[in-house]
Amino acid sequence: MSQTMTHGRNQTMTIARHRLPRSAGTARARADGAGRAWTGLADALWAEWTKLRTEPGTAWILAAICVLTVAVGAATAAATRCSGGTGCAIDPTKVSLTGIEAGQAVVAVLAVLVISGEYSTGMIAVTFTAMPRRAAVLAAKAATLTGLVLAAAVVAVAGSLAAGRLILAGNGITAAHGFAVVSLAHGSTVRAAAGSVLYLALVGLLSLGIATIVRDSAAATGAVLGMLYVPPVIALFLGSEPAWQRWVERYTPTNAGLAILNTTGLRDLVISPWAGLGVLAAWAAAALLAAGVLLHLRDA
Amino acid sequence: MTATITPYRPPQQDGRDGFAQLLHAEWTKFRTLRGWVIAIVVAAAAIAVVGVLLPHSSQSHCGSRSGAACLALVATGPGGEAVNDSYYLAAQPLAVDGSITVRLTSLTGLVTPDPNLPTTGPQDTMRPGLVPWAKAGIIITASTRPGAAYVAMMVTGSHGVRLQYDYTSDIAGLPGSVSAASPRWLRLARSGDVVTGYDSADGRGWTEVGVAHLAGLTGTVRAGMFATSPLVFFPNFPTYAEPGGSLSASLATGAFDDVHLSGGAPGGRWAGQNVGTIGANYDGPRIGLRQAGGKFTVTGSGDIGPVVAAGTNSIFITGTLADHLFGVFIGLLIMIVIAAMFITVEYRRGLIAATLAASPRRGRLLAAKAVVIGMATFALGSAAAAVAVIVGTRIAHNSGIYVLGSGWPIEVRVILGTGAMLAVASVLALSIAAMLRRSVAAVAAVVVVIVLPYIIGVTGILPATASEWILRVTPAAGFAVEQSVPQYQQVVGHYGPPDYYPLAPWSGFAVLCLYAAVALGLAAWLLRRRDA
Repeated sequence: MSQTMTHGRNQTMTIARHRLPRSAGTARARADGAGRAWTGLADALWAEWTKLRTEPGTAWILAAICVLTVAVGAATAAATRCSGGTGCAIDPTKVSLTGIEAGQAVVAVLAVLVISGEYSTGMIAVTFTAMPRRAAVLAAKAATLTGLVLAAAVVAVAGSLAAGRLILAGNGITAAHGFAVVSLAHGSTVRAAAGSVLYLALVGLLSLGIATIVRDSAAATGAVLGMLYVPPVIALFLGSEPAWQRWVERYTPTNAGLAILNTTGLRDLVISPWAGLGVLAAWAAAALLAAGVLLHLRDA
Repeated sequence: MTATITPYRPPQQDGRDGFAQLLHAEWTKFRTLRGWVIAIVVAAAAIAVVGVLLPHSSQSHCGSRSGAACLALVATGPGGEAVNDSYYLAAQPLAVDGSITVRLTSLTGLVTPDPNLPTTGPQDTMRPGLVPWAKAGIIITASTRPGAAYVAMMVTGSHGVRLQYDYTSDIAGLPGSVSAASPRWLRLARSGDVVTGYDSADGRGWTEVGVAHLAGLTGTVRAGMFATSPLVFFPNFPTYAEPGGSLSASLATGAFDDVHLSGGAPGGRWAGQNVGTIGANYDGPRIGLRQAGGKFTVTGSGDIGPVVAAGTNSIFITGTLADHLFGVFIGLLIMIVIAAMFITVEYRRGLIAATLAASPRRGRLLAAKAVVIGMATFALGSAAAAVAVIVGTRIAHNSGIYVLGSGWPIEVRVILGTGAMLAVASVLALSIAAMLRRSVAAVAAVVVVIVLPYIIGVTGILPATASEWILRVTPAAGFAVEQSVPQYQQVVGHYGPPDYYPLAPWSGFAVLCLYAAVALGLAAWLLRRRDA
């Protein structure tokens, strides 16, 4: 209905109320309750994707993930030499992919920014007012973060493998000396590469969960980086307690997750590669579940 | 007519605006935030609790005894340090001033092969070979009690002729290995408690290698020939800085002739005996003295030298003070996060405008923040390190673990050094955060710059040379203050973190201080240049 307003003392003014067209929205709402939930999640996804892509730092952080992973992997490969030419216990794929231990820090920072940025600016009030279904908000953040991290991780892992293969060959770590070759024709290398990409995505999800629980950005960064980097050192210092050391090496996120990098010497590992990634997935799921419960219980 | 109006002056005096007031303001900001105070206290508690509970919950077992009774087996040298003192000796008593001269024509030995390499024969046969510090030569020792004062001139496996005395001193003589074509003449000349060592390549021209003044070498001493060869440490991962490995025994045999002892009893016979406790050293029929005319062969196994952490000692468990400071890096992580938040929270809340308006002298403002956070972390960090070290070494002693490098001067230096290292690292974190201003970026940056190099260097992700370089050049060099025991070139051991660091303690601390000074200067300059 249109509005007509005419001025003048002798003419009447009619103000028509502007009504939303009733047909489409309510039909959807009445006929299919699940459909409205789906629409809600799609809206939440689009909102989160908009937040991430319009934030200027996101592109830089994704680039930093790739660059840091490839750089650290290349540096490790360059520093790896076998003094005798043969007989060293070197796993070329693992050496090339060592960079993800540095790249995971940047992934964690991205995850913290995704959620703690909302709390520090006060945007969280607007977000939860516009999307009252907080689980959908958390799921949408997790989905968009995972998508971006997967994209960056694929680039990073591919670059690491290529750089590692070239540099290690230059250092004499070749098939002629009895070492495995970094090649995607080998199933173990494909497993390590795919596992590394999943590893970075799971680290992102774990960090998102912890950051949602902690909320304050600086404390969340400290907590997340501590969770990632402290357990390996604790495992090292538990030499006098083998039972505890074994537990820490098997069931803490980074120690277990990094088992996916191994392609040789699988029988000597503390935990098998996919089981290790499963442990990390369990930690990420637990963190996100706790975050969801807390989001539901708290004010914001 | 207008009356003069005197302007109103409030009766209060102007407040003073000195550095003391600024310090008080920053201290108030710090202590009134309950979360920060709790976090710093938790950091200190982590250092203390981890240091006391984590290491050495096992007990020493030595034969039929266990616990603190095992410490009675520890031999200590004249300087008070724990020593290994086991060798085979063929000696005569020497009551007055005199000298002993020998010619060595060969040094051979047997070693156990590296268990990590693939082998082709039976696993536990020993093969011919010399370890680098296999020793055979002449020795003058106060007695055969382990830990007695001694002076020895010896030929070694790959370090030439050496003069060693009182376990920690080592002087090099003629280089090169000994053989029938290139024999070595060795002489020790004793007068009172001063012993001089000489060597020669031809028996005529003697070179003095060194002089030893030993307080315990009075009266009748034992002078003679000896041979010994230390345990060999095979690390599990030779390319990476991993401390795990296995110990294997080795033997050394020296062939002596042209033996002269002046000052000994006439008609004296050379009596052989195995000196010292055996442990994992070889103890079988090959040990001993064989005499044929004027030629002697002496075969022995063991070592005469100081005990090093993670080295080739096998009789009792050793530890160092650094074992009780495993929690320091956790406390450091929490403290640098708080230090970064100390300044970024002002930017986040907009308080920086009020702070800078109240204290226009920005350099002093940054200095006041640095003093407050430095003092807080130093006080709590030193207290926590003191608890960890003192209580921890007490518990270790009761479990029969010998703590190398204990003693008041070293413990005080380690405790205060750890507190100082925590304080300077906190100031470095404050400076980096003042430069970056955004809290997430600041916390990530300080963790990557300060804690990550330590983790990479200690856990052995990178090869040993890269890890060593990282522990020299990055702020993680500050952890060298935890080192409580010196490295000895004459003893082979795994000289790596957490017991040994590439730099000396105060050198490593100076590297960290340099980082903090540069960062603080840069942060002050940026704070002055920028709007806020």
